[in-house]
Order: sequence, then C-alpha cells, then structure tokens
Amino acid sequence: MAQVTLAKAINAGLRRAMEQDPKVLLMGEDIGKLGGVFRVTEGLQKDFGPDRVIDTPLAESGIIGTALGLALRGYRPVCEIQFDGFVFPAFDQITTQVAKFRARSLGTVRMPMVIRIPFGGGIGAVEHHSESPETLFAHTAGLRVMACSNPLDGYWMIQQAIASDDPVIFFEPKRRYWEKAELDLPATEPAAPFDRARIVRPGTDLTLAAHGPMVRTCLDAAKAAEAEGRSLEVVDLRSISPLDTDAVAESVGRTGRLVVVHEAPVFLGLGAELAAKITERCFYRLESPVLRVGGFHTPYPPSRIEEVYLPDLDRVLEAVDRAFAF
Amino acid sequence: MTGRRAVEKSTTPTPASGSTKRAPQGRGTRRTPGLDDEPELIQLLTPAGERIDHPDYPLEVTPQEARSLYRDLVLVRRVDAEGTALQRQGELGLWASLLGQEAAQIGSGRALRPDDFAFPTYREHGVAWCKGVPPVNLLGMFRGVNNGGWDPNENNFNLYTIVIGSQALHAVGYAMGIQRDGADSAVIAYFGDGASSQGDVLESFVFGASYNAPVVFFCQNNQWAISEPVERQFRVPLYKRAAGFGFPGVRVDGNDVLACLAVTRAALAHARSGQGPMLIEAYTYRMGAHTTSDDPTKYRSDEEVESWREKDPIQRLRAYLDKQDLADAEFYAEVDREADELAAQIRAACLALPDPSPTSMFDHVYADAHAQITEERAFLADYLAGFDGQEG
Repeated sequence: MAQVTLAKAINAGLRRAMEQDPKVLLMGEDIGKLGGVFRVTEGLQKDFGPDRVIDTPLAESGIIGTALGLALRGYRPVCEIQFDGFVFPAFDQITTQVAKFRARSLGTVRMPMVIRIPFGGGIGAVEHHSESPETLFAHTAGLRVMACSNPLDGYWMIQQAIASDDPVIFFEPKRRYWEKAELDLPATEPAAPFDRARIVRPGTDLTLAAHGPMVRTCLDAAKAAEAEGRSLEVVDLRSISPLDTDAVAESVGRTGRLVVVHEAPVFLGLGAELAAKITERCFYRLESPVLRVGGFHTPYPPSRIEEVYLPDLDRVLEAVDRAFAF
Repeated sequence: MTGRRAVEKSTTPTPASGSTKRAPQGRGTRRTPGLDDEPELIQLLTPAGERIDHPDYPLEVTPQEARSLYRDLVLVRRVDAEGTALQRQGELGLWASLLGQEAAQIGSGRALRPDDFAFPTYREHGVAWCKGVPPVNLLGMFRGVNNGGWDPNENNFNLYTIVIGSQALHAVGYAMGIQRDGADSAVIAYFGDGASSQGDVLESFVFGASYNAPVVFFCQNNQWAISEPVERQFRVPLYKRAAGFGFPGVRVDGNDVLACLAVTRAALAHARSGQGPMLIEAYTYRMGAHTTSDDPTKYRSDEEVESWREKDPIQRLRAYLDKQDLADAEFYAEVDREADELAAQIRAACLALPDPSPTSMFDHVYADAHAQITEERAFLADYLAGFDGQEG
C-alpha cells in the first residue's frame, strides 16, 4: 500500500487503460512532455509515444472534433481540456456532434470518447479556471457525466469511463488533485459501477448529497456535526448523468432530510433536479424541504473572494441547521 | 505529380477556349477589385465541350468512362429533382438541392476509392451516389423519420452534418486514425464557401497540416451561403488560403467533371503518399435555392443565374460526347429512361419509409443502459398504453 494522490491515481488509471487497449489514445494541450498543466499525464508520452499521447494545437473544438473522427475510425480517444472554462469552444462539437452521433447512426456507430475536465474552484486561479459546468453537459442526452472525488475512484472511474462505449464527460476536482489515499494499485477493487452513487459516510439524521470537490467538504461537515450530536449521511453521487436517484431516495428514506451541495450555481443546478426528484419520491418521508447549498447566480468571482462563493463547512452546516429547524 | 508543383502551375489562368461568355463571377462591382476579377481555374473541358489538357493534371478517359460520368450526372440531377418535387408535394420537410453542382460532386466522388472515407455536408447527394449509398437513405432526415439514418462505415460515407463545418474536423480525426493504422487510404471533407468562415474549418486546416493528415479538403464554392455572397466570407480567393496553412490549394472549374476528377485524384494521391492535406476549391454555382425554404430571387439577379446556366455541367459533357462521337441518341434515351426509373423508385421508397415508433426516440441514445432514458421510456410507454382501447 502506498499513499497516492488523486492526480497520480488518474495517471495510473490512464496508464493501465493504455496498456490494456492499444486503441486508447490521449489528446490535449501540453499533455506530452509537460505531462499536462496538472501533470495528470506525466510520463505517458515517454512510455507510449507521441502517436498515442498526442500534443494538440491550441484549439478545443479541434481536439474534440478530431477525437470524434478517431472514434469513428475505431479508436478510444481520451481528451484533456486544460481547464473547465476552456471547454466552451468545444461545447458545440460535444453537444451537437459527439452526443448525438450514435443515435443519428441508428446505433451502428459507437462513440467511445472521454473528455477529461479539471473543474471547480479553490485554487486561487484567474477567471475561466474555476467553473463547474457539469449540468450544462448533463442536460444533453447522449453524454454520460461523472465526477470523481477521491484517488480510488479516480483510478477506477477513469478506466470505467474509457471502457464505456458512450461518450463520457469526466470531471476531476482540481483542488483535490493532491489529496492522498492509501491504495494498492492495481490490486484494489473498484468502489462501485461508474453510474452508481455511493454512501461514503453512513448517518441517520440527514443526507448530504455531493459530488467531486464537495464530497470532502461534506465529510468534514458531517464530522463537525457529529461533535454536535447530529448523524449526517454523505452520499457521493459520482455520476451526474445518469443520476442515481435511487441511492439518494433510499438514503433520504432513512434520514428524512436532504441537503444537496455543489459548487455550481444553485439556480437550475443539480440540486434543483435532486430536490424535485426526491420531493416526488419521498414526499411523505421528508421531515423538511430539500435544501441546496451552492454557488450564486454570478460569474465565478475573483479569487480573493472565491471562498465566499464556494460552499464550505460552515455554509453546509448552516443549511443543516435550517433543515432541522423545520 | 506533386501537389506543390501543381499549385504553382495552377495559378496560370487556363483560357476557356471556345467560350465567348464572360468570366464566371460576373459580379465585379461587389468584389474586391484586383483580387478575384479573373478566376484562375483548372479546366479540362471548356463550356463548349472542347477537351483541353493541363500539364499537371493529365487525364485519360475512355469512351466508356466518359459515358459513365454523363450517366452519373444525369442520374444525380434526377435524384435531386425528385427530392425537390417530393418536398413540394409535402412528402419531405426540406430538401437541399445540388442543382448545378453535379460535376463537382461526381468528379470528386468518382476519384474516391472504396476505402476512402467521405465527410459530407447535407448537400452531397452526388458523392453519396458515387459511394454507393442508396438514395432513399438520404431522404430519411428530410422526411423526418430519423436524424441521420445510415451506418457511416457501410459505404465509408459519413452522416450528413448540418452544423456548418463540423465535419471537417471529423475528417481530419479520421485521417489521423488512418495514419495510425498504417493504411494508405485517404479522407475527403466537403464543405461550402460559407463554411470557410467557421472556426472548425480553419481548425481542421491547422490540425490537418500539423499532423500531415491524409485529408483532402473539398470546398464547393457555389457563390452563396444562403443569401450571403462569397465576398462576405473571404477577400482572398479561398484556395489561396491553403498556402497560409502550409499545404497546396488549387481552384478547379467545378462545372467541369473531368477537371474535378483529375484534380481530386491528384489530391488524394498527394495525401496517400504522406504529403499531407490539399485544398480544392471547386468554383461552381448553386442554380437553385439553398434549400426548399429559401427564395434566391430576393438576393441574386436573373442575369447572374443565366450566366451560369451556360456553364451547365451536363450540357458541357454532352457537347464533348457529341463532338467526339462517343454517344448516340440511343444512349441518351437509355440514360433518360434509367433516370425516370430511378426517380420512380426513390418516390416509392420515400413514401414507404415508415414513421418511427414513438418510443424509438429512446433507442440508440446510449450504448449501455442509462437510468434517465430507461425511466422516461417506461413512462412514455405506460402513458401511451393508457390510450389503448379508448378509440371509438
């Protein structure tokens, strides 16, 4: 067993996928010699060569559009978008082409493509480097959208995403890249299928549902609440599309309360969807309305005040208090 | 030949001997003076049907091949006319006509080998014909029974792409796959003059050049992007742009099927031999509307349209066949009869296209089960089942 960071775990997952399937290619800006700006692809070009770890021109639409062509030819491209805010030049290719290709071909063509996006804030970055655009993709049918939150999932979920014959938008919480876990790679087992949520901390009084960077925040909040005598259950959603509402409904069926936490703006966000679904399914079991904690309906703010924008332990606990006050 | 040499040579204007008509653009006042007044075209067949040679694009065409090209031109024009007629009769929601662009499509399409992959827009009915795609396949999207409707790998002909220029990138990616497979096939990407303004097309030039991908960019400059004239897209003739990206560009008379065939063959050979992309600008004209929803009389003159009618690709080849005594009345009658039959077949096949079942919208969205789709399909199926037995 070794201490492995999330970034290294994803790197190991990419390496294993490339070893197992010669059709797996990596594409992106600066992913070769540099190993990516977050070093997630470090060492891979050295070992697999420039034809499989492809440094691309600086053009996001070009990366995704050419990846589509490679997928059509039978390859399994894994594209890196350098930062969340840079995915928008490629948004057209992803939503109008990649997402629809299989359906338009009446199922005759597979589109096994992974688009990796380091997302979320908390690293003091300049604008366009801290956003959480996951629901923009989840709103588009044909795409799978998922977010890992820890090294074990980083290692396995990237492999599961690559193995999928559907296009996957794979969000990586950039501020958690350096968090470590004890892992014995590759002997460890996957935590769950990639489209299922997972209870990462059991509790009895209230459910916190989160994904990506907010899972750690919710775990911290649950720990703090325990000291105050409240038992919070934390569900790591892992997959945003499809959304494992069964897992959340089951949890809420036991706890009677739900707070959804994400960095993306609350308005029309993942919390809105979960609130609607859980209200529909657990109406008579709910002790309080489903509450949401998230970003505001503003552009992502300058980094000097991003800590105000981002949900933290106190913001989560404040919502928990409100839920219990009903 | 080598593409680079071809480009240098191709800048020499080839006079259209026998043609007394004015130069193809005929809209000099709206053009940037001095840049595009005399289009420089590679031409192997004058508008009057006289065969001329080009040093860089030698072409041997047997009488049989010449007749075969004529047949293709007539048949795809008929396929297209039937599409327009079906739309007018309410059987198609929309149709994008290729009228006037038959030579560009047949010439380039017949240059392709079966293992070459074509990425069309939504107007490449002639290329589809050359690739062996059944014409009825092209109607599904326009009739509204599907959003694509065929297996791109069956004939190496991609689905029609509506978002302008997207497919140019797909073509380059596919070509990168060919490179990695060590295959010697090539890719051709079709787009129009309007698409040349799109970022994706320009990015495809960058990627194609950067990786030296075996791709031919084939722009059918039909002069109009709906109502926007080419002057709104570029000030330098399009084919000259290629030089800025580091690969050869040539302009071919897009109404000359022989020139389109020769130049595309050369470009494909260039790509296959590892020399990278080439851009072909087929200088042509869309004789009809952009689509059946369009009204070109609002933005272009009858005079302009008439000037292009004199360059008709079918009449041009027919004049050549007649001059060379390569075809007789019986041949023409036979082709016309074949076109009639084809049109009738297409009509019958179109009317026989079944409406998709209501829940088919959930089919093929994902390869593996997806909870949202599963749930919503079940809901719709239950909801629709509730109407069973309620009639009367």
